[in-house]
Amino acid sequence: MRSDRSAAAPLGLKIAAAAGLLFLHVPILLIFLYAFTTEEKSYQFPPPGYTLQWLAVAWNRPDVWQALGLSVRVASIATAVALVLGTLCAAAVSQTKFFGRETISLLVILPIALPGIITGIALRSAFSFAEIPFSFWTIVLGHATFCVVVVYNNAVARFRRVSGSLIEASMDLGADGFQTFRYVILPNIGTALLAGGMLAFALSFDEVIVTTFTAGQQQTLPIWMLEELVRPRQRPVTNVVAMLVVLVTLLPILAAYYLTRDGDQVAGAGK
Amino acid sequence: MTTAVLFDKVSRHFGPVRAVDGVDLAVVEGEFFAMLGPSGSGKTTCLRLMAGFEQPTGGHIEIFGETAEGVPPYRRNVNTVFQDYALFPHLSILENVAYGLMVKGVGREERLKAAENALAMVKLPGYGTRRPGQLSGGQRQRVALARALVNRPRVLLLDEPLGALDLKLREQMQEELKTLQKSLGITFVFVTHDQGEALSMADRIAVFNDGRIQQLGTPEEVYKRPQTRFVADFVGSSNVLAPAFVESLGYPARYASLRPEALSLGDGTGSVTGDRKRVTGTVVATGFLGAANRVTVEAGCGTRIAAMVPASQALPEQGSGVTLSFAARDLHLMDEAA
Repeated sequence: MRSDRSAAAPLGLKIAAAAGLLFLHVPILLIFLYAFTTEEKSYQFPPPGYTLQWLAVAWNRPDVWQALGLSVRVASIATAVALVLGTLCAAAVSQTKFFGRETISLLVILPIALPGIITGIALRSAFSFAEIPFSFWTIVLGHATFCVVVVYNNAVARFRRVSGSLIEASMDLGADGFQTFRYVILPNIGTALLAGGMLAFALSFDEVIVTTFTAGQQQTLPIWMLEELVRPRQRPVTNVVAMLVVLVTLLPILAAYYLTRDGDQVAGAGK
Repeated sequence: MTTAVLFDKVSRHFGPVRAVDGVDLAVVEGEFFAMLGPSGSGKTTCLRLMAGFEQPTGGHIEIFGETAEGVPPYRRNVNTVFQDYALFPHLSILENVAYGLMVKGVGREERLKAAENALAMVKLPGYGTRRPGQLSGGQRQRVALARALVNRPRVLLLDEPLGALDLKLREQMQEELKTLQKSLGITFVFVTHDQGEALSMADRIAVFNDGRIQQLGTPEEVYKRPQTRFVADFVGSSNVLAPAFVESLGYPARYASLRPEALSLGDGTGSVTGDRKRVTGTVVATGFLGAANRVTVEAGCGTRIAAMVPASQALPEQGSGVTLSFAARDLHLMDEAA
């Protein structure tokens, strides 16, 4: 809904808004800028010259591909796990009434409210206590803790808007639980799940803190970048990869925003 | 006469709340059966017990001779028209109506044809491509009806289906529902809180209060011979007279009901013939209703009696003394003890 007041904002407000936006986005633009610099040891401004060679260099570095591959696999599996668990949990909390329902709702959301470092330490000590060696799967588990929350939050909001009588109507018309899920619930919560899944993927893709605690020798892309910044060797390669990360995480978030934005009408409440 | 739905001492308790408490009823195949009562009286829970959305905590339910306990809604040959219609917002009208056939595995061509026919039956031919959001309340109500009827249920359950419609549309739908029920021969079980609706449509009415059936009978029986004070008051706002007052009129000391329209207003001077009873009192209120007007008379000992007088008759002044008279047989003694 847009305000139809046509009066222009005061100049001071405009300047403040512009300054705020610049503060937020100039650093990101600088990352893009230094991806094309000819100086590889330090970031000097303005760059002495511009080149596209770092794209080729990054393309040919196997460690970049390894880190990227690991990140994509971790994010995909963590998102898949989150989609299943988050949806089930949202269905239980929003469609049924049981003792301790509010508590469970809070406990599910808690991991994202807790600082990542707490989650990281907790998982690390849990893994060593259970004598689970650090591996690909420990990273996935760590990421799933917050991915579940994102999916759950999206799904629970949509579930609340699917009126309970739709499910009853479906059962009444002869559909069993599976058919009801397939033909009534899924079409109504589909976009919410897609949005939640994309957000979860984006979160997992650039996660550093929990990953540092739950990864063994493997490097996800953000961890690789952190290491790379410490070593002053082919620095702009990091910027090229950073650009890629921005694109990979921004696109799903934008898509998620557009998918959930138009879902304002309540499914089943149209009387 | 086949019994469509049988309740044998059925109870549904939610913790300490006795939503349905020991209900016995038998819906006969092909009849239009109304469950009437105020909100929270257990009528909707009874309907949900028939549909399978609730399971009884006590008693036994049979649908066409088969035990219904533990049978899920999707394996019962009954369909429901929901109060909020519950049309699927993501499906077109035609797909909504064809839904029941689709989940049963009926072929696409066949089920869409059946859905089209069902829409024609509820006078909405050609509306199939629209979405529920594009229809008016009355149209959605018809779609909900078509969606249930396309499955050829043996019992159709209707949960206050006319509640959300305006008066004019409601009256029209009452007639249509009745006609539809007669032509299809399907048993209708209809839940309503509107006594006028129940009286005008139903073959038999069960009047609910506090999770129990207060009275079960034809509309005429329930209206003219209420068995309890609750029924007398709820079905048509009858005058409920206390035992002492009834005794003073020469009847046994029991609660009695006296319909406002059975009373006629005199000025207190005319002679009253033998088979008519007479009550004198003071007018405390008059109400203009149009076709007939209501006069409330204080008849002593705190007994207030409402009488409907024809519009042609002049309304008496407030505070003036009047005589009300009624035919002796119009006073109905109730079973309920004093």
